[in-house]
Amino acid sequence: MPIDEALLERMLLRESVSEFLYREADLLDERRYTEWLDMLAEDYQYSVPLRMNVAFGETDAREETRAGREICWFDEGKETMSLRVDQLNTGLHWAEEPVSRISHLVTNIRLDAVELPEVAVSCRFLVYRNRVADETDFLVGRRKDRLRQVGDSWHVVRRELLLDQSVLLAKNLSIFV
Amino acid sequence: MTTVEEPTRTGAPQVRNLVDVKNGEISREIFIDEQIFKNELENLFPRAWLFVGHATQVPEPGDFFSSWMGADPVLLTRDDKGELNVLLNSCRHRGMRVCRYDEGNTLQFTCPYHAWSYSIDGSLVDTPGALHGVPQQKAAYGTNLEREKWGLVRAAQVHNYKGLVFANWDPEAPSFDEYVGDFHWWLDNLADAFDGTEGGTEAFRGVHKWRIRSNWKFVSENFLGDTYHGASTHASVEAVGIGPGGKGKRRHGERQNEGGFSKGRMKTSFRRGHGASDNLAYEIPYPEFEEAELDEYFVAAWEKRKEKLQAEGRLLGGRGPATLFPNMSFAAGFPRTILVAHPISPTETEVWRWYLVDKSAPEKVRDWLRHYYMRYAGPAGMTEQDDMENWDYATEASRGVVARRYPYNYQQGLGQETASDLDGSVHSHHAIAGEVNARAFYRRWAEFVDNLSWPELTELARVDDRATERDAVVTDVAEGVKVLDAVDVVDGPPAQ
Ligand code: FES
Ligand SMILES: [Fe+2]
Repeated sequence: MPIDEALLERMLLRESVSEFLYREADLLDERRYTEWLDMLAEDYQYSVPLRMNVAFGETDAREETRAGREICWFDEGKETMSLRVDQLNTGLHWAEEPVSRISHLVTNIRLDAVELPEVAVSCRFLVYRNRVADETDFLVGRRKDRLRQVGDSWHVVRRELLLDQSVLLAKNLSIFV
Repeated sequence: MTTVEEPTRTGAPQVRNLVDVKNGEISREIFIDEQIFKNELENLFPRAWLFVGHATQVPEPGDFFSSWMGADPVLLTRDDKGELNVLLNSCRHRGMRVCRYDEGNTLQFTCPYHAWSYSIDGSLVDTPGALHGVPQQKAAYGTNLEREKWGLVRAAQVHNYKGLVFANWDPEAPSFDEYVGDFHWWLDNLADAFDGTEGGTEAFRGVHKWRIRSNWKFVSENFLGDTYHGASTHASVEAVGIGPGGKGKRRHGERQNEGGFSKGRMKTSFRRGHGASDNLAYEIPYPEFEEAELDEYFVAAWEKRKEKLQAEGRLLGGRGPATLFPNMSFAAGFPRTILVAHPISPTETEVWRWYLVDKSAPEKVRDWLRHYYMRYAGPAGMTEQDDMENWDYATEASRGVVARRYPYNYQQGLGQETASDLDGSVHSHHAIAGEVNARAFYRRWAEFVDNLSWPELTELARVDDRATERDAVVTDVAEGVKVLDAVDVVDGPPAQ
């Protein structure tokens, strides 16, 4: 059977993207936030809209708040992200002191579009946080990333999360989701 | 002073015995105990004026917004005549929550269980929320069902204060204006635009909602006057700097040469339980922005407002943080946001946050404020994140049998209250560390929870007995600034 070159290329690309996203999860879970920031493009945009309970048929129009215009959990760029890292690095950020135990699981990785040097990637995330004793949070949802090729690695350019909660059941979002 | 010795309706011990404001000691039981929590739900929340939502969330006929009043789900709706209604979101047949959407538009709420339907369409029903449709009505009830008796329960009183919508279940409760008294200065600053235009604000779409494992009063108390926690709790965000001045600058980028954050800062404590911690006579100038368009907007707004208010002889300050008794807290400056702490259990609370913006704000201003609000407040806010850690673990560590034997300490500024020319209130000139507001809040709270009657509650709040040796009474704005200038200002970081 002849090798499908295009398919092979796509598989290699997905492998490279997956490797990158897994490495990113490792850096976050190992609390290497400053190194993690280097994985984000300077024009990085991050948004996590609020989700609402709305009527069938109104979901497209109303289910999520809109980044860029309305209140979200997060809607920010790299500058604010860096401030969050600075805050974690003060050692006085009580929300994460003592530090939480966190695992980022990334799964269902697919390439939505290949427009090199950029690719659009979709995945599911599960972020588990346990802190102090019994305080445990599960943050689960869908994610869309836009990555840009930089040398033999990637930068995250855009990240949109859809968190599957309307009322946030965690007491805060002091971790990177 | 009125004293009531008979037990409360539910037969619980009087909570007033647990709140010793004279000595500044308050029992931990009031944050933990199940029976006290039940009494709050029974005697406080159904009688207090509660914030339900913002009128701009329901601009069109049929628009609705789901909210809570205490532990009861309600719908804020705008009927076909444009009037606001607050309806209990529970079917009169078997109690199903007739509407489980957070927002939407409809003139009819049809219960999913057996399909009783309730209408807010005046062409179909006389009273908005009335029972309109009952499947098989004839067969089931013949002529016995009196539909006019089985509409959705309506809040007895609803009040729209410059877009801030409040409701009260109790028809006997005093009017909103009476309940609020002179605390309306703070609500004005919240609801009016930055340039003083009355009611010139609207709510951004999107309400932050999140759960904490703490008693709701921790939240009210925090915004009521606990500026003391800022230096420690918010040390990390202060070190980083997230305000207009940018990285490494003080958070609000306030104009230090014009007084800065702490000038004239004090507490205002109302006998009715409300409280604020801010600069009342002295207005903190709006922050300095690096971007010209932003700076110009806020400079112009500040000037315009100052002229308007001075012409009206009004005080300029009063931006909070503040709490309207019992569970609506807000800040009316940077950020401008409303919080409601909904009680779930003695040790669980659902916190909601709305964010306000000038209706006339240009896109750039809106966007700057929106970003600022999100990085400051709410569960992802770099300031607010640390508050929840403290409230939750204070709760956990107060639950123990031994811990509960020891009261909390509320002795800051004890006996140092001074007179105010605002009705039924006192001040305390403690820029940062003063607990006068909390003491008054819990005293009022206990009077409600012990189920004192309205005549008793009104009588108790008629005069403020706390500042009998009055010092200079602040009578006008110029005088106010002078008095405040003389006050020793303890500098410290801003906090909410
Ligand atoms: S519970 Fe609503 S119709 Fe029966
Ligand atoms: Fe705080």
